[in-house]
Amino acid sequence: MTLSIGAKKAIDLGIFLFLLLMGAVSVAVTFAIVWVLLVDTLRFFTHPDGGGFPTSLIRFFTETQWTPTFYNKQIGIWPLINGTFLIAIISMLVAVPLGILVAVYLSEYASWKVRETVKPWLDFLEAVPTVVYGYFALLFVTPLFQKVFESLGIYMEGMNALSPGIVIGVMILPYTASMIEDAFKGVPQYLREASYSLGASKLRTALLVVLPAAKSGVLSAYLLGFSRAIGETMVVAVAAGMYPQLTANPLQPIQTITGYIVQVALGDLPFNSFEYLSIFAAGFMLFVITLVLNSIAVYLKSRAVGY
Amino acid sequence: MEQKLSLRKEADAKLKEFDIEAYTIGVKRRDKVFEIVGLLATFLVLLFLFAISVDLLIDGWVRIKDAKFYTSYPSRFPEEAGILSSWVGTLYVMLGAIFWAVVLGIPAGIYLEEYGGKGRLARIIEANISNLAAVPSIVYGLLALGVFVYRFKFGESVLTAGLTLGLLMLPVVVVATRESIRRIPRSIREAAYALGATRWETLFHHILPYSLGGIFTGLIIAASRAIGETAPLITVGALTFIAFLPPPPWEDFLGMLMSPFTVLPIQMYNWVSRPQEAFHTNAAAAGFILLVIALLMNSVAFYLRYKVRRKYQW
Amino acid sequence: MVNPAKMLEERKVEQQSGTTKVKIEVKNFNFYYGNYHALKDINFPIYDKRVTAIIGPSGCGKTTLLRAFNRMHDLYPGARYEGEIIMHPDGANLVDRKTDPLKVRMRIGMVFQKPNPFPKSVYENVAYGLKIRGIKNKRFLDEAVERALKGAALWEEVKDRLNANAYSLSGGQQQRLCIARAIAVEPEVLLFDEPTSALDPISTAKIEDLIVELKQRVTIVIVTHNMQQAARISDYTAFMYLGELVEFGPTEKIFTKPEKKLTEDYITGRFG
Repeated sequence: MTLSIGAKKAIDLGIFLFLLLMGAVSVAVTFAIVWVLLVDTLRFFTHPDGGGFPTSLIRFFTETQWTPTFYNKQIGIWPLINGTFLIAIISMLVAVPLGILVAVYLSEYASWKVRETVKPWLDFLEAVPTVVYGYFALLFVTPLFQKVFESLGIYMEGMNALSPGIVIGVMILPYTASMIEDAFKGVPQYLREASYSLGASKLRTALLVVLPAAKSGVLSAYLLGFSRAIGETMVVAVAAGMYPQLTANPLQPIQTITGYIVQVALGDLPFNSFEYLSIFAAGFMLFVITLVLNSIAVYLKSRAVGY
Repeated sequence: MEQKLSLRKEADAKLKEFDIEAYTIGVKRRDKVFEIVGLLATFLVLLFLFAISVDLLIDGWVRIKDAKFYTSYPSRFPEEAGILSSWVGTLYVMLGAIFWAVVLGIPAGIYLEEYGGKGRLARIIEANISNLAAVPSIVYGLLALGVFVYRFKFGESVLTAGLTLGLLMLPVVVVATRESIRRIPRSIREAAYALGATRWETLFHHILPYSLGGIFTGLIIAASRAIGETAPLITVGALTFIAFLPPPPWEDFLGMLMSPFTVLPIQMYNWVSRPQEAFHTNAAAAGFILLVIALLMNSVAFYLRYKVRRKYQW
Repeated sequence: MVNPAKMLEERKVEQQSGTTKVKIEVKNFNFYYGNYHALKDINFPIYDKRVTAIIGPSGCGKTTLLRAFNRMHDLYPGARYEGEIIMHPDGANLVDRKTDPLKVRMRIGMVFQKPNPFPKSVYENVAYGLKIRGIKNKRFLDEAVERALKGAALWEEVKDRLNANAYSLSGGQQQRLCIARAIAVEPEVLLFDEPTSALDPISTAKIEDLIVELKQRVTIVIVTHNMQQAARISDYTAFMYLGELVEFGPTEKIFTKPEKKLTEDYITGRFG
């Protein structure tokens, strides 16, 4: 049987519309995320338990305790932000130096063979479930640190910010390193050749020629890594504790935004209750923070193509 | 003038004095040192992976080798608890997630790459997808809780979980689809069009078959990440204590979709957050199984990628 | 440098002389990429069952013109064209917006610069055009594939491996496969876009022989940057420069006594 050109055209149109629809659904998802977060956040701020608008908004940014699930409700977001950033900063202390080392090594030094062997394993590291990392942080890293600190005469809590921070640092490392590598790949070969032709060493070329040329890409990689550390959930839910507090001490238990959401979600959640709404308010903060970081990262990346 | 001349002489002398031999040796040594440091850093990261695997294997060995572990429901007694309901739940949820990711992600990817061009709509969709990829997974959980559970009234069900993880996989699948389509040279498309093929004929006879390997690789990678996702499912209210299985889909499809569920990572989280150490053994065993699943899926993806690269060398 | 007169003497096939039917007429054809005026007021005929070569330095618009014949430009945004390309005997305007590009491509085949077989078997490649025209009969397909491969002088080399992947063939064989794929659907006109630029001299010679052979069945338009090639195989030559058609005429005339100074300078190698 032969399809007429008219029939073929009709199929063409039908398929186009189907594809367009599916593309549009993905946009709808983003809008749905923003809409749900926004609507329920607004409800949180108008809920009588928080004092109603605008009192609740003022309390949100001025109080120093976060206890929306208690009888005596305090809704200062800072302790959660404190915990979130504490963890993320610890993880960056691990990921920044290691990330650059691994990326420089893999892109400028390692032989093709080494790279081909190592890369799949680094990729695999990204696929390890985060709850597994959480287990490792709680039951391997923390006891290890406790022993070390004990011999130094320092007491470390079983739940603390340090071990999940470090574990998250290693966790985001393959992601960060591979993005840094991509940024290095974007540096044209002739820049390296110019440096080598003047007799510079590999190290000098990598650090003084390639790295500066790729700096927006590298920065963007770190920002995306940072954003990932901020949004990481299970490692902190397992190993960082459930104690929102304002502290810079990494040996103390803390709570992150994500950790709080998990804690509340585990309980029973009546729709529109203050507890239910509070995780949306917290989630909205999280969404805004990561969105800002990602946007800066994307902007930096777009600037990176200059050669 | 005088001064300049003398300076220049000095510089010339310095250049002549420059010990190439010593410089070369120094360069080589510094390069070597850095190479070792870099190798160590890379090795450290891999060591971390190795430590996790070994730690889980040792901690969980008693249960890993215990056949009853795979055929028992969770229990108050750690030695009797098993992962039957959670691995079956993982299976159902992942089938749902893959279904949604395929149904939404592949067409969206095709649209963006083949039809989208530089239109306004395509740009909006594109920006959205790159934003979606960077949204923390727990935010997807909030979306699912707000929309699927409460507004659509799907409840805390297999359906909700599949949708949630499917959306989570969406950006990866879209990007993989686009990239593997992009790899097909323009000349192949033109050859088909020049023979009088329509757009859909070109799409179904050429573009899709040649990019399917790449799309599949992306799909498996996305699934291997989704399978370990815990946070968004906790948010939608996955239960941790499920002592029954959803009805088999061939008997009661709707019942299966609407059934409460648990999945492996949630079961593991539940066990790891208990104070009794005996439960930690179960957690380690479940974690090791998750690790093995992730490794298997990644190996398949790796192999597929290798095959695709070999097969289509344009 | 080139001695076109000598080239013409060495031609393997006698040049047909005398007037023949016109297959395609290009009339006042203009082409724009955005604001860039790529083809300016092109007018010339393409004769039935003859080889017409379009020559000129790179960037002169010869490929753009060729791709206008089968509406390849419709695949990409940003191209605009006006004027007429009339195809005889029915007098259809190929570049009319109302003319469906699909219908045009059903009648006009194309062979590209680089061999671009589909990553499928040899057989599937040749049969593809027939299949999308709704031909499913296995016996008919087998027969047509064999005829096309023989027509492309490839049959002897691939008859034992029709199911092998097309990419296992050599570059020259791949290009002949693409020719077989194009002629399998019996087009009225066949467009060649620098078909030998990616090939070695021996493969090039084979393809050139083939083109000369094919003109008994089909009208051929070939774009080439290689003047010797144009002299060797074409009956008519169009010389283009900076988007304009400088001169058109029988190949012999263009290469021996061109009317325009520009044409002479180009074919004697003074530029380009």
